[in-house]
Amino acid sequence: MTTAAAALPVAVARPRPSSAGMARRVHDVWSMTRRSLVHISREPMQLSDVTLQPVLFTVLFVYIFGGGIPIPHGSYKDFVLAGMLALNLVTSTMGTAVGVSTDLHEGMIDRIRSLPMWRASVLVGRSVADLITSCLCALIVGVTGLAVGWRPAAGLAPIVGGFALVLLFTYALSWIATCVGLNSKSPESAASFGFIVLFPLAFISNAMIPTQHMPGWLQAVANWNPVSAVTAAARHLWGNPNPSAAVHAWPMQHPVVAAVGWSLLILAVAAPLAARLFRRRTIE
Amino acid sequence: MDRDMIEVEELTKSYGETQALAGVDFSVPAGRVLGLLGPNGAGKTTAVRVLTTLARPDGGRAAVAGVDVVRHPAEVRRHIGVAAQDATLDPLLTGRQNLVLVGELSAMTGHLAKERATELLARFELTDAANRVVKGYSGGMRRRLDVAASLMAHPPVLFLDEPTTGLDPASRQRVWEAVRQLLADGVTVLLTTQYLEEADALADRIVVIDRGRVVADGTPRELKAASRGARLEVSLAAPSPDAVATIAPLVNGAVQVSDGGRRLGAGVDLTPGLATSIVRALDGAGILVDNVEVRQPSLDDVFFALTGDHIDDGTADDPHDLGSDGVDRALEGART
Repeated sequence: MTTAAAALPVAVARPRPSSAGMARRVHDVWSMTRRSLVHISREPMQLSDVTLQPVLFTVLFVYIFGGGIPIPHGSYKDFVLAGMLALNLVTSTMGTAVGVSTDLHEGMIDRIRSLPMWRASVLVGRSVADLITSCLCALIVGVTGLAVGWRPAAGLAPIVGGFALVLLFTYALSWIATCVGLNSKSPESAASFGFIVLFPLAFISNAMIPTQHMPGWLQAVANWNPVSAVTAAARHLWGNPNPSAAVHAWPMQHPVVAAVGWSLLILAVAAPLAARLFRRRTIE
Repeated sequence: MDRDMIEVEELTKSYGETQALAGVDFSVPAGRVLGLLGPNGAGKTTAVRVLTTLARPDGGRAAVAGVDVVRHPAEVRRHIGVAAQDATLDPLLTGRQNLVLVGELSAMTGHLAKERATELLARFELTDAANRVVKGYSGGMRRRLDVAASLMAHPPVLFLDEPTTGLDPASRQRVWEAVRQLLADGVTVLLTTQYLEEADALADRIVVIDRGRVVADGTPRELKAASRGARLEVSLAAPSPDAVATIAPLVNGAVQVSDGGRRLGAGVDLTPGLATSIVRALDGAGILVDNVEVRQPSLDDVFFALTGDHIDDGTADDPHDLGSDGVDRALEGART
């Protein structure tokens, strides 16, 4: 079944969309984005992972771990804020996996598939809505950070740049989450993505503690973890303490390039894969 | 008006081991209503899913508005409206938001979509519930909204998959009225239904399918005429052990006995003086007859004769039908 589906000439000759076609796609994506935003407004508690959780985590980490973890050339709260941003945004992509899976099972998927619309807008629209909630999450982390004493030491442009980098990475990651949602048998099994992939990804990194404190083999994993590159890049841009700068691993020496590179690589692989999985998933 | 808006030839489709369509042919001329009738699991929903580009056939040909559904599905979607059995409304949006979304995704501008939504909400008497979330709608309201959604973009070809299953009589009448109104607009409709009454009331032509095959195709009148057999019902004043043996030579097949032996029923051929012969035979055996009825075949009798199955009345859930749940299960099975 799978091989037969893969071999089907789903798009034999897909012409490049004309400018009218592009406008139509944007229109479809925006309609689907608004639908996702309405869903969020209906069940605001679902948003707690990007509203309450960031406040809670930031306060907990700053006041509970802050005293016990020495940071060279700076304070833990200046160090940890980039990590909090990464932790909250990375784990929030679980919502994407669950949402995609829910759409396939109880959404209006049959109706959508019989409409003359750009089908990928089902996925793209959701990713845009998730990006909007990610921006909200970033704002909340930033404000909470300022409230507990985080101070960036950089101009406005690098500060915004640091936030933008983490958001870009989150957006890329949301396409992996989309693939997971498309491959899940149920929304519940899609949720396990969070515990199996996202939490280790966020924790085995430099986000909460400098990697120098980890065992040797784990240090190697952590230094090449894309989350470490993203967090180090944000610290670098914000002028916050960045112990990873002393690590010789290539991504730690070039965190901004590494963070952008990881994000684009993930996007280039996961987005087309998601489109393919969606087609296969919706073929009978 | 002669052009066929829906053409189906030798259509086959299997889900795993289940052959849902085993070579189905039918066509619907422009501006007509075809009633696709069959028991649960007959293949009605699968036929609709193929025609609405949701499922790919294994073999045969299907075209809507002259466009092949396999080769040009995107083009087909521009000509169709679909009210499928489930998974077609967003439970977290309001009724109005659902309609506007469907309109926008059918390339309508936001303004036009809103206007059309207001019009359809009024037509289906959903104006009061327009701004409520669909999750809280009753079954009947959902079905009506579903039909309304299928009409948003003024499609020339409409597919209604059991549009009135589970509806109360008043809601059913409302949907019927809407379908009749569409006919006046020249819309071509394919309607699947389990209600013979509905097919009789709305369809110009009826195709009966059973186990993935067409077993009858004709106007309601033709189908009734094709079934020569009529039905005999006899009520006796008191049960009699000889009654069955007495009328057996005059009827077709077995005689069914009910009401403690007081009621007899059987299939008969319509012959002149049939009731007289029955009464005389019973009288000759000393049996008193209270009532004799020779009924013309109803569509239900026709259906029973064709499929050996009675139309199930009023079941909202049909576990044996290959609705999308069944399809999902079949796909799941095929994957593992």
